[in-house]
Amino acid sequence: MVAHVAGIKIGHSARIPPFFIVQDPTLNQSPLVQISDLSFSYDSRPILTGINLSIPRGKVVAIMGSSGCGKTTTLRLIGGQLRPSSGEVRVDGKVVHALNGADLYAMRRRMGMLFQFGALFTDMSVYDNVAFQMREHTDLPEELIHDLVLMKLHAVGLRGAHHLMPSELSGGMARRVALARAIALDPMLIMYDEPFAGLDPISLSIVGELIRKLNDALGASSIVVTHDVQESLKIVDYVYFVSEGKIVAEGTAEEMKRSTAPYVHQFVCGEADGPVPFHYSAKTSYRAELMERDVRRGER
Amino acid sequence: MLEIIRRLGRQITNRLWRLGFASRFFLAIILHSGTSLRRLNLTLREIYFTGVLSLIIILVSGLFVGMVLGLQGYDTLQRYGSSEALGVLVALSLVRELGPVVAALLFASRAGSAITAEIGLMKATEQLSAMEMMAVDPIARVVAPRFWGGVISMPFLAALFSAMGVFGGYLVGVQLIGVDEGSFWAQMQASVDVREDVLNGVIKSFVFGVIVSWVAVFEGYDAEPTAEGVSGATTRTVVTSSLAILAADFVLTALMFRGT
Amino acid sequence: MSRTTIDLWVGFFVAIGIAALLFLALKVGNLSSTSSGETYALQARFDNIGGLKVRAAVKSAGVVVGRVSEINFDPEAYMAVVSMKVDGRYKFPKDTFATINTSGLLGEQYIGFEVGGDAEMLKAGEVIKKTQSAVVLEKLISQFMFSKAAESDGPK
Repeated sequence: MVAHVAGIKIGHSARIPPFFIVQDPTLNQSPLVQISDLSFSYDSRPILTGINLSIPRGKVVAIMGSSGCGKTTTLRLIGGQLRPSSGEVRVDGKVVHALNGADLYAMRRRMGMLFQFGALFTDMSVYDNVAFQMREHTDLPEELIHDLVLMKLHAVGLRGAHHLMPSELSGGMARRVALARAIALDPMLIMYDEPFAGLDPISLSIVGELIRKLNDALGASSIVVTHDVQESLKIVDYVYFVSEGKIVAEGTAEEMKRSTAPYVHQFVCGEADGPVPFHYSAKTSYRAELMERDVRRGER
Repeated sequence: MLEIIRRLGRQITNRLWRLGFASRFFLAIILHSGTSLRRLNLTLREIYFTGVLSLIIILVSGLFVGMVLGLQGYDTLQRYGSSEALGVLVALSLVRELGPVVAALLFASRAGSAITAEIGLMKATEQLSAMEMMAVDPIARVVAPRFWGGVISMPFLAALFSAMGVFGGYLVGVQLIGVDEGSFWAQMQASVDVREDVLNGVIKSFVFGVIVSWVAVFEGYDAEPTAEGVSGATTRTVVTSSLAILAADFVLTALMFRGT
Repeated sequence: MSRTTIDLWVGFFVAIGIAALLFLALKVGNLSSTSSGETYALQARFDNIGGLKVRAAVKSAGVVVGRVSEINFDPEAYMAVVSMKVDGRYKFPKDTFATINTSGLLGEQYIGFEVGGDAEMLKAGEVIKKTQSAVVLEKLISQFMFSKAAESDGPK
């Protein structure tokens, strides 16, 4: 393959596509993503406060928490789509939000992201979706792109679906195509935003397995943002629990399963009430409200 | 009372904020137009969607508007015994005003709303975000080609509308009512000036094309990423661009045809 | 829809668009009839130009030979100065008589050249000496009424 490539002009990026480099994740010991003391607020409403986490190279790390706790925001901060209010995000040693436009784009080419519902381009076929980045960022000849696209689609088991339009795919298939698209340029970091949301059990375990396998095969590092505990604990190496913008617990998957910390226990076992209350906080207790209503009725 | 003033103030600052953002967005489109001009097939695709797919509505409306002009114009002109001037009336009103304006209004509701809905949906389904994460600028890849597609299509559509309208006027005036064919065309040619009338009409439709395309891509890009947000943005595209077309038409007419 | 089909449709669209523009320019407008060739400038002074407008026709023997390019007011002589662009193919004698005529009773006004017999021709930029002002309808009517009134006064 390398000999095949030597004669081909590589795109204006002047970057050697990483699929020719065997990445050995153990070579470099510094974590790929290092988030220190990160805070982010949206319109003076704090979303994240004082987050510290690191993603070691070659590992699959999950960030878990209930809906709306700032998980997706964390991914967007890593991808440089949002700027932190304070603190910093380092990816491969570089502070993401200090990069200028061109450098940020150069960094994003080495990241892949799977969006919540796939976010496939609806006006392009499956094939064109996967080929999108190759066409945009490299001058690779169309025959080579063809081989690469089918290779990526084969990896997710959908080589036979390359001619379909996104509207003809089931939810699980769309997710797998999006996964093939995310790894199109063999990224060093793959981010998954709720990869399990709304999938049937079979698709669920397919996607889960793919996340693990692709990570190991590509020598990449992965961040999985999810609230699906059972599925993700099967595949990840390390877990961070986020609640109300803070990290409340962390540890390996095994540790989390055995954890007795109340929040983790509630989350892992899926209990309705616990540190995360069932009731949305109201001004008064329901009992007091009922009594007051009775008193008012009595007055009338 | 204070609340009303406060709400009014917030409304005004909100409008100003949007206007400022829209202007900055316009500048960004122009700056990122390189891709859509270099990779012409991106723009060609949009010309297909905005221009070619609007052909039917433009041609049919043009024909009917011209036929109505023929009937109405004849009715008025024959009272003054100058029904031969029908060609002049039909051609001038189409080339100067109705062609660019009505074609632009139809274009706004046919193509403008489609552009807004498309970009809005791409935003709502995170396709724009995904593109950004793939290190591809959505303004260059998605917005600019749609903008230029609209700007290029508009003058052609307006010209087709006018041509169809003149033909419709001819059908009604000459074929149906029986105005003399020779004087219909001769008077028209004597009074319609290529530079003053036809060229100014083309300039008008170009300006309208910029307005409609700009409003459409901006509303789509700025839409709330929800179903209601996109439908609201689509409505706003039609309302805003229609008002802007009519206002711009007044300004352009005042500048172009003043004193002649 | 494949790319080539789109190309075909866009090509068709642009082609009929250009055809429509040509139709407007040639058939509806008068690009074909206006000689884009050489013109030369002439000037004429009038006491009163009535409703004459820029771009009005200049005709000789009923044929359009030029257009009015500019109308100015001479503040010293209190006269209107009309500049015309005349087709380079036509030359007119020095004693040509420029009049302001009206086509039809209420039609638009144009400049008519009545040709004299001079051997020398007008050169570019020259001023036509002999002119006749526009007929102002109100003046005509009031003249007519005064003369009627005078007639009816006479026999008394």
